[in-house]
Amino acid sequence: MKEEQPLGGKILTPTFLFCLLLFLISLLFIGKRFIYGLGAVTHMSDGYPWGIWIAFDVVIGTAFGCGGYALALLIYVFNKGEYHPLLRPALMTSLFGYSLAGVAVVIDVGRYWQLYNIFLPWYMNPNSVLLEVALCVGAYVVVLWVEFTPTFLTKLGADTAKSRLKKIMFIFIALGILLPTLHQSSLGTVMLVAGSKLSPLWWTGLLPLLFLISCIFLGWGIVVFESCVSAQRYTLPDETHLLGKLSAVMAWLIAVYLVVRFADVAVRGHLNLAFKGDLLGNMFLLENLLLLVPMGVLFVPANRRKAPLLFLSAVSVVLAATVYRLNCYIIGFNPGDGWRYFPAFGEIFISMGIVAIEIMAFLWFIKRLPVYRRG
Amino acid sequence: MEIKRRDFLKGVAGGAALALARPTLALAREKIRLPDAVGILYDATLCIGCKTCMVGCRKANDLSPEMIGAQNLWDNPVDLSANTLNIIKKYENGTGRDKDRETDGYSFIKRHCMHCVDPACVSACPATAMTKDKKTGIVSYNKDACIGCRYCQVACPFNIPKFEWDDPFPKIVKCQLCNHLVEKGELPGCCSACPTGASLFGSSRELLEEAKRRQNMVPGKYYDFPLSSLESGRTQYKPAAHYIPALYGENEVGGTQVLMLSGVPFGKLGLPDLPSESYVALSENIQHTLYQGMILPIVALGGLIFLVRKRGDKGD
Repeated sequence: MKEEQPLGGKILTPTFLFCLLLFLISLLFIGKRFIYGLGAVTHMSDGYPWGIWIAFDVVIGTAFGCGGYALALLIYVFNKGEYHPLLRPALMTSLFGYSLAGVAVVIDVGRYWQLYNIFLPWYMNPNSVLLEVALCVGAYVVVLWVEFTPTFLTKLGADTAKSRLKKIMFIFIALGILLPTLHQSSLGTVMLVAGSKLSPLWWTGLLPLLFLISCIFLGWGIVVFESCVSAQRYTLPDETHLLGKLSAVMAWLIAVYLVVRFADVAVRGHLNLAFKGDLLGNMFLLENLLLLVPMGVLFVPANRRKAPLLFLSAVSVVLAATVYRLNCYIIGFNPGDGWRYFPAFGEIFISMGIVAIEIMAFLWFIKRLPVYRRG
Repeated sequence: MEIKRRDFLKGVAGGAALALARPTLALAREKIRLPDAVGILYDATLCIGCKTCMVGCRKANDLSPEMIGAQNLWDNPVDLSANTLNIIKKYENGTGRDKDRETDGYSFIKRHCMHCVDPACVSACPATAMTKDKKTGIVSYNKDACIGCRYCQVACPFNIPKFEWDDPFPKIVKCQLCNHLVEKGELPGCCSACPTGASLFGSSRELLEEAKRRQNMVPGKYYDFPLSSLESGRTQYKPAAHYIPALYGENEVGGTQVLMLSGVPFGKLGLPDLPSESYVALSENIQHTLYQGMILPIVALGGLIFLVRKRGDKGD
């Protein structure tokens, strides 16, 4: 059997240096935020109390981190062991997505110095959807690090520790499937309480279900995307066959999602809003077209043998789930009273800085740690 | 006998479906007005727009004025903020001649926390920083619990909680119905300051009755209108205005302890049009159905451990 190996190579590539520069610039804005307050670097307001740090870095960032979860679901619950080679890189992306969402939260919350209150039983509010999300995401970050620990142990050559850890790993794998199921659906439930402030194109009792389904196909989309990019860049074994099979599964789940999505809006009698030609209607159409097109492409078996089509479909699916979450958290959200929101320069830079750390960590990990299987 | 994977999955799916079918039953949950709840009845037809209530609020809560203009002479906030917990706004239409008339008329409207019967901010807050007093029903904020996540702002249908955006150590700020004064048997700042009885403090249930009494008044006929509070003993004798039949806060999002009467439809006055069920009921039902006693998650975890171990046997 092929073993995972470090890919080796130089760390300080131009891509890495560019990310480093972005990160350093974002540090300036982060400093400003902590000295002068959130108002100094963001355009968030009492009308739009959540901006891109929550919508992009946390809600979308953790959804991007669902590759590991979505694959584990296939491998362990649906008994499809053939996807195992894709798991470790996916797990690593999950690790960064989730860990950095945690960093974004610390920057975003106003009273960060008492953030630990949510872990103190006497302050916990069991009715709060956000508490569930916070505890679940927190626990999952720990689980992800444990799941990834064997990779570090291989690097260190600590074989006894590794085999001991492997004996209890089943608990963490099971938790690694349970926790995202819980908090990814809860990320949808979070916006239920916004009620009339969220456009009926997005506000529905099915928000948790739609968030759950979409995080799964988004997870697979990320796996396909990342495998294509890595295969191209680092001459890895050809996995087109496997990615094609995964894409077919993805297309079917997207079909289920789209049926639920449209039926829900139609039953509630708001489908007319989709065709009004205004921003919200167009965003709704865009979000779903970005799913409809790749679904159609992937339903044709011949297309699933073409790597470029798999790649483009995955990009479209990833974009669709991203736009869906942006719509639910920002674009479809209207507090009334003339409030407007567009992220400030510093706000965008901090988000980019966080993505930059993710890319740098990814590059360092695959070059120095046994993540990919070489041909 | 070995359990087949497929049968096992069917069992799990069936159990989950059963559990999820429950929200319809659980929706019977009802939050009712607490018997000793206090509140404010704001009667826009009595309001003369003098903004004394805003000054009263500043004094009672030790808030600094929001000065505007080149000479910094006027305390004139344009909206609620972390520094302004209540505000009087004006509606005007056409010639703006007649008070409390929708066309060619004008009306004032007062905005502050509605002290919901089933408050979204209290349900939303992960750290229990927003609480509803078990006796008075006043919704108040505890900065020592708050993590500053601002979910209360997302959740509030009235956009009431405000955040100190320009402070490196910010708090959420909102009207707490002057609970520090109410505790001592005194009146909220706005109600004791109001010269016309437009802001009237009292028991939430009695205010509801008072509001209904006013809606049954014959427009133009003279009646007694209590000043400051239902129990102050001071009244004003004046002709009743023409009220629209709606009483804002009676049923909105499950009812609010602050009630509003007006001669102009509330939508025109900038109040949101809300359903009678609270959005909280729906989100809490989903949450409670899934997490009741952590039974469903624990069963699911057990099932997953079973599946993962079975898979592990195949030597991956």
